[in-house]
Parts: sequence; C-alpha cells; structure tokens
Amino acid sequence: MATTVSAPAPSAPAPGRRRRPSLARREARWAWLFLAPWIVGFLVFQAGPMIASAWLSLTEYDVINPPEYTGLDNYRELMADPQVARALGNTVYYTALHVPLVMVISLGLALLLKRVGRLQGFFRTVFYLPVMTPAVAVGILFLLLLNTQDGLINRGLALVGIDGPSWTTDPHWVMPGIVLMSLWSLGSTVIIYLAALQNVPRDLYEAASIDGAGGWARFRHVTLPMISGALFFTLIVNTIASLQMFTEVYTMYFGNRETQNRFNSDAATFYVIHLFQEAFQFLHMGYASAMAWLLFLIIMVITLVQVKLSNRFVYYEGEDK
Amino acid sequence: MSRKLRATALAGVLALAVSGCGGVGGGGKDSGGTAAKGTLSTMGFGLSDEIASTRVDAFKRDHPDVDLKITEGSFDEQQFLSAVASGNPPDLVYMDRKLIGTYATRGSIQPLTDCIEKQNIDMAQYRPAAKDQVTLDGTVYGIPEFSSVRVLYLNESLLKDAGLTAADVNLADWAGLPALNAKLAHVSGGRLDRIGIDPKIPEFLPMWARANGVDMISQDGRTARLDDPKVVEALTTGLKLVQDQGGFGRFKSFRDTFDFFGAQNPLVKKQIVAWPMEEWFLNQASKNSPKAELVVKPFVDRQGKPLTMSSGQAWVITKGAKNPDAACAFAKQMTATDTWLAAAKARADARKAAGQPFTGVWTGNVEADKKIFDELYQPTGNKRFDDAVATIRSVQDVAFAMPASPAGAEFDKAWYDAVNRVLAGQAQPAEALARAQQEATAALDKAAK
Repeated sequence: MATTVSAPAPSAPAPGRRRRPSLARREARWAWLFLAPWIVGFLVFQAGPMIASAWLSLTEYDVINPPEYTGLDNYRELMADPQVARALGNTVYYTALHVPLVMVISLGLALLLKRVGRLQGFFRTVFYLPVMTPAVAVGILFLLLLNTQDGLINRGLALVGIDGPSWTTDPHWVMPGIVLMSLWSLGSTVIIYLAALQNVPRDLYEAASIDGAGGWARFRHVTLPMISGALFFTLIVNTIASLQMFTEVYTMYFGNRETQNRFNSDAATFYVIHLFQEAFQFLHMGYASAMAWLLFLIIMVITLVQVKLSNRFVYYEGEDK
Repeated sequence: MSRKLRATALAGVLALAVSGCGGVGGGGKDSGGTAAKGTLSTMGFGLSDEIASTRVDAFKRDHPDVDLKITEGSFDEQQFLSAVASGNPPDLVYMDRKLIGTYATRGSIQPLTDCIEKQNIDMAQYRPAAKDQVTLDGTVYGIPEFSSVRVLYLNESLLKDAGLTAADVNLADWAGLPALNAKLAHVSGGRLDRIGIDPKIPEFLPMWARANGVDMISQDGRTARLDDPKVVEALTTGLKLVQDQGGFGRFKSFRDTFDFFGAQNPLVKKQIVAWPMEEWFLNQASKNSPKAELVVKPFVDRQGKPLTMSSGQAWVITKGAKNPDAACAFAKQMTATDTWLAAAKARADARKAAGQPFTGVWTGNVEADKKIFDELYQPTGNKRFDDAVATIRSVQDVAFAMPASPAGAEFDKAWYDAVNRVLAGQAQPAEALARAQQEATAALDKAAK
C-alpha cells in the first residue's frame, strides 16, 4: 500500500496568522538589535545633551534656577566679548602651530620606524607609550620640564649656549611651550602613518625606480598620494582635538583651587577653558552653551572646508581619478 | 473631644516633645535644638586626619539615629552643580568660604536663620572675619570653621649673613623694601638663587592693599575698589620686589621648585629670606626642620600695626536638602567648642606619639582656640616655635577676610588676571587694575539684578 504525502499547496495566510519574515528582514532586525545599544547611547548621551544645550544657549541659566528664555542674547554677548575673542585667537593659534608640526614630525618618525626592521615593534611601543600617560600627569610633568631656571629643556638649551625663555610666564613663549608639550603624545598619529606606509604596495616603488625616480620623487609621487587618506584623517582628527584642547593646559595653568589662585596667563586661556570657567565657576551655563555651539559651528566649517579640499588631494584605493 | 481629634492632639504633643526636647550635641553645655535622625549626606569633606575623624565620631556618638553618608573628596563645582541640577543635592556641603556669596545669591544654599535659631547656635563664638565671609546682606549662609591666617616668616640665619636682624625687616616701610630686598636676594648671572622678599602676589594683594588702608571690595561685597590708587600702589610695590629679583619668569620658576612640605624646605635650603605665608607652614617646619632658625613676625600695615588675612571653610545646607535638621545639627557639632577640643587633643596625642611638636589648631571658634591654647597646648621647648605660636595667636584677633560677594568668583578672576598681566609684563598696574575694575563691576552689577 502506497501512501502518498503531498505537500500542502501554498495558500494565502489565514487571517490572524503572520507571514514568516524574509531573511533580509530578519537580518535587519538583528542588525537593529545589535545597533540598539549604540543608538540608545547616542540619543541619551549625545543627541539629548546637544538638543538640551541648544535650548540652554537661548536662555539665562545658572544650573540652580530654571532657565529663562533670552533669545539670541547670549550669542550677541559672546560676539562682543573680548575674552571670547582672545580665547578663540589662542586656540586657533595653537591649532595652526600644533597640527602641521604633529603631522610632519609624526610622518618623519613613521618613515624612520618603517626602516628599523626587527626592532620596529619595540619602537612602535615606545612611541605609543606617552599616549597612555594621563593628561594631568603630562601637564604637571611639563611644568617641571619647562621651568625657566631648572627645567630640563632650558638646561639642554644652555648646553648649546642658548638662554632659554620663560616658557610658562612670558606671554610670547607660553603657547610654544604648550605646543612643545602637545608633541609628547603624537604616538597615535605615528602609528596611523606607519600602518599606512606599510600598506603602500612595494611594486609601485619598484616601478618608480625603474622609471628613474629618486628618493624624493618616490616619496612625493608614490608615498604621499598613497597615504593621503591617512594624512587627511589625522588632519581632521588633530584639528578637532586642538580646537578642543583642555586638560593638559587646565592642569598647568588653572588646575586646582591652589594653582588657579596663583599665576595663570591670558596666553594660556583656550576656548574650552574659558567655556568651562563660564559654566562651572561663574555659573553662566546658558552663555557657556552658546560658546559650545559657536565652537561646534567653527569645527564644522573647518572640517567641511577640509573635506572639500580633500577631494583634490586625497587618493583612496579603488577610486578612479 | 472625638477619638480622632484626641489622637491628632496626642500625635502633635509627641511630635513637639520629640522635636523640641531632644538632646542634640552641640556638645556640652551649649547643646540644645532639635533631635537629628534620618540619612545625612555630605559633599566636599574627607576624613583625612584626626581633626576630621574625631569630630565626625563625636557626631555619630551623639546622633546614633543619623545614617551619615560622607562622600569624601574636596569640593568640586561640577560635582555639586550636577547634583543640584539633577534634583539630588547632598544635605550638607563643605566649601571654601569665599564661594558662599556666589552660591547664596543663586539660591543653591539655604539661609541658616532657622537652623541657627532651632539648634541654638551661638554665632558669637566664631571669629568675626569668618562670620563676615559666610554672611551676605545680613543673612548667615554657612557655619564657619578654621581660620587660616598669614604671618611673616624670616630665615634668621640668612639675615645674619646679610648683617641684619629680624627687627631690620620692617614691612611698614614700603619705601625701604627695595633696598632691603637687594641686600637679601641673591641674583647672579641672571640666575636667582635666593629670594629676598617674596610679596606673594597675586594671592596676598588684598592684604597689601589693606595694609595701605583700602579694601579691594566693599564690606557688603557689592562694590569693587580695584582701581583705588592705594591698591595700585600696593601692586606696584609688590611688582618692584619681584622685578628686582630677575623678573617674574625667574622668580616664579625658582619658587616653583620649593618643597614647603618636606625636610628639604626652602628654610633648610636657604632659598628664601622673608615671606608672608599661611600659618600652616609652622606645622611643617616644626615637624621637618625643628633646628631651622625661623622667626615669625606679624604682617603689618604701613603704620606698623599687625594685620592678617583670614580664610577657611564653612558648612552650608543646600537648597533641596532632604534632612536640613540633621545637617544643621552636624554643622553645629563639628564647630562646637568641645568637639574642637577633642579633635585638638587627638592631634596633640598623635603628634606626641610620633615624637613631633603640637603647634595648635586654629578653629575659627574663639572659645575653642582659647581652650586649646590655654589648656591643651604645651610649649615645645623650642623658643622659636613657641614664639611663633604666640605671634599667630595674637594676629588671629586682628584678622580681616574678603567678604562674601554675589559675584565672588568673577571678582577674584578680575583682580587675579590683572595682577598676572602685570607680572607677565603685559600691562602697567594702573592700567591692569582699571580694566579689572570694569570687569568686576560688570559682574557685580549683573549679579545684583
């Protein structure tokens, strides 16, 4: 006796019965599930505070009493505030000094590291270690290193007959001193460049050599274009970080109730430090929020300009130019 | 009378009995006020030494029904404001007295009028300068503790080397200070090896101004007087002393290498001859360099009268405190005479056990200071240090303090910035102080609105 089992004919789902989701849809659900922590984090810790600060920037708010709507008064006031202008000027000055220096020195170090051979791992660690140093420790360390009479830097300069400047008190030398300090943690940029350099195909150099290109020509026409993506990335990241400089300088000049009651310099007043003072020392949270939004706009404009320019200079593998 | 009414009346009587007759430790005879119970949270305070822990233990012993939660650490504005903004402030905050005006004006801390009345706190026991710093527009916002004062320290050994005595250092004679400074300082080849006179500016500018007969801010904390010619003269005098010692860059970098807390302090290393400083250095010096030839004199005004500036901390009760009664009881007990005496005894015992001299505790409480120094303090046998203690004790009574101001933080920033600009060579004293006057006045006006 034969038993015939026939597959049920496809039929329209019964009312109230759900269709089994397709694979793509199931995958999408899982993707959302895995993304959810980040999305929640972004909404709660980033988007939420940003929206709140946008609102607070239109109010007079001291954290203690309810915010009072004042329209664009905070923005008008900060446009006319000479302390804001000075802090912004200092910050831009620092960025203009710091970013190119970090990029050039890091690239030089990465090129040297690439040639080291077997000891590369060791030196890579050595260059990266300072990045792990807490920013507060860096600030204190450099206060000692930059000491006019007994600091290691001026002692070193004295060995070659140079009378070192007053790095921490002379307004003209405060910023160079801070830039010097900031070079302490260029290890991460070095590592990025080293990784990019190691990804440049060897055959490109060989082909260039066969074509008669010398060392400089190979660097200019092979290396630089091939690592331009990394250069662009570090340009953006270092620019943003420089415009938001805070911890090390705050530690050096404004660090605690003791030091802030002693000497600090106009030349060391960075934008974010001034913002912090307005928010938490003078309780002008609405004004500080407006300052934060102005900085956000400045960073966005600078980044957009950099992105726009990058279309002409940055080469990404796989793209046709 | 209905049963319900009788029950309500009974409950009311019981409540009154509990609240009105509870024995609250202000410690000893001056106790009184309401009983404390429930949870009490504090911020800005730590149990770092026997002075703190002994007093907290006394409170716990006398208030077993209070669950005390101490969040240890120094006062942090961000932490405090975050707690206030989130609607969950601590009951009690321990902060620098100079911050009180700002927070009181914003309404983040409570007036203590009821607290003082309910707990029967005797405000007369606190030093007048300390009281000034916690009082804004006649209302008390904090219970003060500690009174740190400034005196003039001299290294007599270095004075002898210069052919001088302590009597030759006369801070009343401003015109003579540069010449004295030149005799004492040691600058060679552009290098400063020894500071002659350190005016300690910016920090001590208010004291130099006061010595010249002017307060940098009015007693009500609402009017800046930074551009007063006498303030300008005070700053110019201090600046001259610094400039004559190689300029501020050299001066500061040399001073930054000093270790005031160790055995290699500038007294021992002969790095400085005359400098005004807080009284706590005597503690350190007696511990770390008992053989140093230290002389302590009062800072004086231009007429030669002793003068000093006082500072310290205070307990404040926050707006929204969940247990203000316990907070008030705590503040009272922490600053009460008997509590201080017990703490000072614990310090004296600890020092004795460590073989170190006890140079006293300056509590901000007049009666407590008197008992500590009359009953507990024993001369160390080292005449220099014993004389120093007597000097510090004598100037406590002539201390002044920067009064509470509704824009205290901005006011401080304005004049600190001015002095720093002058020291950095960016402006002349009159110009810098005129700008500071404008900045401070704008901030004070804004705060007054």
